[in-house]
Amino acid sequence: MSACNPPREFGPEDDLAPNAPKFGEAWHAQVLAMADTLVTTGQISASDWAETLGAERRVDEINNAPDTEETYYAAALRALERLLDITAIVPKPDLNDRRDTWARAYLATPHGQPVELTAGKS
Amino acid sequence: MTSGTSFDRDKLAKIHDHLHSHLPPEPALRVKALESLLVERGLVASETLDAWVDAYSEDIGPKRGAQVVARAWLDVDFKARLMDDAAKAITEFGFEGKATGDLKAVENTDSQHNVVVCTLCSCYPFSLLGLSPAWYKASAYRARVVREPRKVLEEFGVELGEDTAVRVWDSTAELRYLVVPQRPAGTEGWTQEQLAAIVTRNSMIGTDRVLKAGS
Repeated sequence: MSACNPPREFGPEDDLAPNAPKFGEAWHAQVLAMADTLVTTGQISASDWAETLGAERRVDEINNAPDTEETYYAAALRALERLLDITAIVPKPDLNDRRDTWARAYLATPHGQPVELTAGKS
Repeated sequence: MTSGTSFDRDKLAKIHDHLHSHLPPEPALRVKALESLLVERGLVASETLDAWVDAYSEDIGPKRGAQVVARAWLDVDFKARLMDDAAKAITEFGFEGKATGDLKAVENTDSQHNVVVCTLCSCYPFSLLGLSPAWYKASAYRARVVREPRKVLEEFGVELGEDTAVRVWDSTAELRYLVVPQRPAGTEGWTQEQLAAIVTRNSMIGTDRVLKAGS
């Protein structure tokens, strides 16, 4: 009889492994920084943030999204956008307009020069 | 189809790629848009966000929790305060954080092992342990540690006897947990700094149990 060893999902950490960067992408850090700061200053409640983030995580789970940090931070961004829209702190149309303005600013700015929002204003 | 059309299409694709190569990835662009609106409306300051990122990238991490645990091992009065009201006790170190919320310390014993999860999302005592590890946020851990804690712990390398019960604590936005691991034998006479150095992050979440006195 052969031994049945199902693959492990978790494992003890390697004490000798080099320190990994805390954030994979700068925007990962910025999403958490914004959410934490808004909770700390009372603009959004900790429970609303947890509930909204939890709901977005469930969407990923239902859709069988990859169980990765990228998926987690994308859910965190969607949750923050949704919560700020619901609370009218940053309505979605405002955010979409600002996103488009930044996109135009990036495209209008030559490489190597600082990108200013005014460059995208039409 | 003529070759001229094909050439134009390739050329257009190259121009398109070139233009878009200047753009940050979509999530980064949306984050930039969100941040600029929040700053413009006076809801956050860019300096605050920069300081947060710097602090969590460099300074705030599990060494804070390890100091708390080491002090609890050495000072019975502090331990009593920690077990009674952990959120208040960590203010003695200046480690409190609004987003950490209320905090409860749960102590491992020979007969009980504690492990922490957030089944809803990823609630975690950030101001004490820093950023949560990737596996803590993963759906697999959040689902499985509740359903089959012994098996998950075994995968983490934690071997529990049958006479050791496992208690899973589910964090919320309002209440988070710190596991106080058992002090290993062979550490008599050690200073707080020496003791803190052997307390692992996972032992304070509960996915590590037996700490080693020697490295």
